[in-house]
This record gives sequence, C-alpha cells and structure tokens, in this order.
Amino acid sequence: MTAQASGSILLTHAIGLHARPSVKLTKLAKSFASAIRLGTGPDGPWIDAKSIVKVMAAKVPQGAKLHFEAEGSDASAAVAALVGLVERDFDGAEADAASG
Amino acid sequence: MPQAVELHGRSAAPGIAAGPLVRLDRAVDLRRRVGDRDEEQRALAGAVTEAIAAIAALAERSDETGILDFQVAMLEDSALTDPAFARIASGVDAATAWSEALATQIADFQGADTEYFRARASDLRDIRDRVLRILAGKADDELPSGAVLTGEDVTPSRFLSVDWSGGGGIALFGGSPSSHVAMLARSIGVPMVVGLGPIELAGHRSAMVDGDSGRVVLSPAPDNLARIDAARRSDAAERTREAAVIGKPAATADGEPVSVMINIAGADELLSLSPANCDGIGLVRTELLFHGDSGLPDEEAQLRAYAAMVDWAAGRPVIVRTLDAGGDKPVPGLTIDGESNPFLGTRGIRLSLKRPEIFRVQLRALARVAARGPVKVMLPMVTVPDEIDEAAAMLDAVVAELERDRIACARPPLGIMVEVPAVAIEPALYARAAFFSIGSNDLTQYVTASARDNAGVAHLSDPANPAVLSLIAGVVAAGKRMERAVSLCGDMGGDPRHLPALIKAGIRTVSVAPRLLGRAKLAIAQATAAGP
Repeated sequence: MTAQASGSILLTHAIGLHARPSVKLTKLAKSFASAIRLGTGPDGPWIDAKSIVKVMAAKVPQGAKLHFEAEGSDASAAVAALVGLVERDFDGAEADAASG
Repeated sequence: MPQAVELHGRSAAPGIAAGPLVRLDRAVDLRRRVGDRDEEQRALAGAVTEAIAAIAALAERSDETGILDFQVAMLEDSALTDPAFARIASGVDAATAWSEALATQIADFQGADTEYFRARASDLRDIRDRVLRILAGKADDELPSGAVLTGEDVTPSRFLSVDWSGGGGIALFGGSPSSHVAMLARSIGVPMVVGLGPIELAGHRSAMVDGDSGRVVLSPAPDNLARIDAARRSDAAERTREAAVIGKPAATADGEPVSVMINIAGADELLSLSPANCDGIGLVRTELLFHGDSGLPDEEAQLRAYAAMVDWAAGRPVIVRTLDAGGDKPVPGLTIDGESNPFLGTRGIRLSLKRPEIFRVQLRALARVAARGPVKVMLPMVTVPDEIDEAAAMLDAVVAELERDRIACARPPLGIMVEVPAVAIEPALYARAAFFSIGSNDLTQYVTASARDNAGVAHLSDPANPAVLSLIAGVVAAGKRMERAVSLCGDMGGDPRHLPALIKAGIRTVSVAPRLLGRAKLAIAQATAAGP
C-alpha cells in the first residue's frame, strides 16, 4: 500500500540546518521505509531527506520553511515525525556556531 | 639550542602552554600500488569502512561527538561515495577518484555565503585525508600529550585524537578563530594562536603559546619555560578558584555587591551556560542576526531570536542593543560602502535613523518581546540628545501600532551606549536616556584617537588611560545625580587588570564575555570599593 503525505514547518534553529540537526534529521528520515524528500520551497527544489550530503549541500538558513513529502507505507508517520523534530528544535541539538 | 624567536598571530583560545614542538602536517607519502578496477573498488570500500570505524572509536573517547557523528554520517552516505566509485569504474585509481569526489564537495562548502558552512570544508578535508592515509597504509601517528602542535591548520579529528589533559597548545600558520577546532580549544581550555603566517621551524624543538595575547615563542629560554610552567600551574589553580565563585553573586573584598552580566551575539551562545551564573544579559549585539544569507531578518525572525534569550534569562534583565552596523561591522545592503573613515561615519543609531524602514522592524520585534520579560533597549553611538528623542518617538509609534492591532507588546526602557566622548563629557545633557551603558572599547578608541583595528596604534588604545577612567567616573557620578543606572559592557569589564580601577570609579554593573564570568567575579572579589 502506498500513501502520500506532506507537511511544512518553519526552521527556527540558530544558523539553520547545520551539521548536528542535519545528522538528526537524516537519521530520523532513514528510520522510515517511505521515500522522503525535503524542499526549501513549496515547489522544490527537492532533495533526498535521507542524505546528509544533500541536506548539508542545501545550506538551509534559519527562518526558511521546510517542506516534507513522503511516499510509502509509513508516509504520514514519517512526515509527522520530521515536522515534530524541527518543531522541537531538534531536541536540543546544540548549535555549534562560532562564538566569542 | 637556537635563539628564541617571537611570533605574533591572533588569539583563538586563551591560556598559556609550552612544550615540545610537533609538526602536524609533515608530508605523508601517499603513493600506493594501484590495482585493477575491482581491486580499487574494494580498496576504497575498505578504506571508507575503516575510516568510519576509526572515527567512531575516536567518538567513544571524546565528549565532543557532534562533529565526529557528522563525519561518520557523511562517510556512510552513498551520495558522497558513489561519484568516487563511478570514477574508479571509468578507470581511475581509488585515491584519485576519492580526492576528486571530495574536491567537488569541498569547493561547494568553500563557496558558501555563511562562515558556518564555509568552515565545514575543513571537515570534508579531514574525511578526505583520513581515507587517503588508510588507502596508502599510513596509520595516524599518535600525537603526544603536552606538546605544542604546529602546522598550516589542524583538523577536528586530529585535535580530538590528542589527550589534552596533560597540557599542550596549538600554533597555526593559518587557521581561524571561528573554526571548529578553535571552538573546541576554547571549550576544553587548550591555548591556541592562529594566523602566524609562514614560519621557519628548522632547528626549533620547543615552543610557548600565549593564547591571551596571540604570541608564540619558538625555543623559549629555559628560565622563560620555568616561568611559563609556573604560570600554567597558577592558571589551572586560577580556573579552580573561578569555578568556586562563578555560581555565586559577585561582591568586592569589602562586601559591596557588583552585578556581572554577559555579552552575547546570538541565542546559541547560551546553550552551554547557566543563567544562575550571571545577573542577566547586559549586551545583546544584534549585528549577527543581520548577517544571514537570507538577507535582513524580518520581524518574526528577530522576535524568535530575542525571545530565546529572554526565556533563557528567566526573569533576569536582557539589554538589547539596536543594530550597530557600520564601523568595523559592515552589513551588505545596509551599511554605506567606501566611507573614508567608517569608525567616524554612518554607524549605529546614525544608520538606523537613516534607514527607518529597517529600524522600525527591529523596534517592533523588541516591543513585542518586551511583553515576555524584562527587556531594555539600548541605542549605540548616540552623539546628540535629539537622537534619543527621534528613536523614542519611533518606539512609541510602533508600540501604539501594536496595541491598536492587539498584538502583545510593552514599551521597553530606552537607554544609550556611552561611547562617543560628547556623551561621556556631558552626560547630564542625555537625561532622556533611561540608563547608560559605557562601551569602553569604542570610548577608548575615540578618546585616544587610536583605531581599534590598527595594530600600529594598539599601544595607545589603552582603556587604562587616565582620561578614559576619568570620563567613566564622571558618567557614574552623573548617573547617581540623575538616578540613571550606569553599567559598563566593554572588554575592560572582564579584565582583572582594569576591574579594580572600575570598581574604584564607582562601576557596580559590568557585562562581560560569558567565558570571562569567573575571571571577572574573582577579580571583583579581590578589589575594594572604598578608596585607598
């Protein structure tokens, strides 16, 4: 059975989608069977949300709106989980930006 | 032993270290026997697996696993390795294929708009070199504990492979104070100096790193070394003493309480800090918010950033300085390019009043966040009282607007920075400010007519100049008469050499870099408030 789901959420994390949150996001995405894509606009461009290389290459800044689209047996659970992770600000993924 | 040689670079992490000099980037012979395509595919696959295992092993031993987890995730991603395997399939050897595949990624990060993403290029180089060394059968040489590591740059995984508990430091020809390694060095307490430029190391076996002043001495004299060792020991003892006072309210030796607040530029700096260690945030520099690659921040983005700080402070005051762009802090698309003397040009409140459409957005965000906690707003570079009136009128207007639209807000107290000598000389003329915060860095530069960014006049730009201290004492006295709070948020507020004089001058609130909280509280405890 194939289902489709989509959702979007504002990225509030300082610096944007940097190394630590990207690791968390891609790890979570990989825990789902569905194909999941991440877009920085409602019409893309779309990237594989399971690829840390692609996610980091997108260099998503703070304040961007993240769009998720999933297709597969657990599509809606995947989108809900990813939106939740961003909403919870990556569960305290500490920012590792330069400071001082 | 060769003659001692003194070098100067930029401080990246404070503290003093001395020890044997160890080259980081000795050229490693990476030549290897090249096999057929299948052998090369297997060689690369094996090397990547081995690299992942080695980084994971490093992560086991380290508390700073974030960077290492990132490197493992990158190596596990076929998006990184597939292009290399494709190159091997077309007849290229494993090492060349890997280097080429990584070169694309490194170039991509190097071209990024923000410092943060640019700095990730060094993580990619780290990954690249580790795999190349494994391919060539070259094991990582163990770096000794207690040594001064030197070279062009140092990778995060090399840094984390060292046992720093036995002391040691870093002296780099290149490097940057905002690299991952510099951040790690600051958090672990490894003295580090960067940007020494190309140096001749031949014959030198030992070195001393002074991360406070950015100085490195090659082959320091033995008595010098003994002194450094003593300094390092007392440094460690100092840190223990700082740890003992950091969680307590500060007071002078004769019992006069002093508020110690912190200076920050972004909410991310607060993550590793306990609000209980300070009396609030005495200076929020908002410039960094305006440097994102998505352009100038809108009201919501600013509100989120300020709200995170107010929430962290949990009822303690948060003093936000409105945009202080210009001078040595240009903001693309906002500040005026090519001013002949930007420190004396359109910066701070001067720029904000010229760009009301941008200033208004910041004031709206600040009025909204003021509904959330005790927020104060501070204007930088005020020169004449009219500037306060103009800003106050704009603030009142946005508050009225928000109230009309039934958006939660409050009118925060509006104070000023005292950094232009005109204000410091006649503070009584600026009574319309709700409070004064002395910006000692700029005040010193303007009083001594010595640019902060000009090393040639650095010896003149001294905050201990009697003229600067006399102005500070004058502002404190005027503040008392006018019933206006006076604080100080420049570097001298966190400097044990200057704190006794500041306390004597009547300063009872300082705001310092978070890492200086303990040092400042300790220096305050040793100072006396009453005259000699």
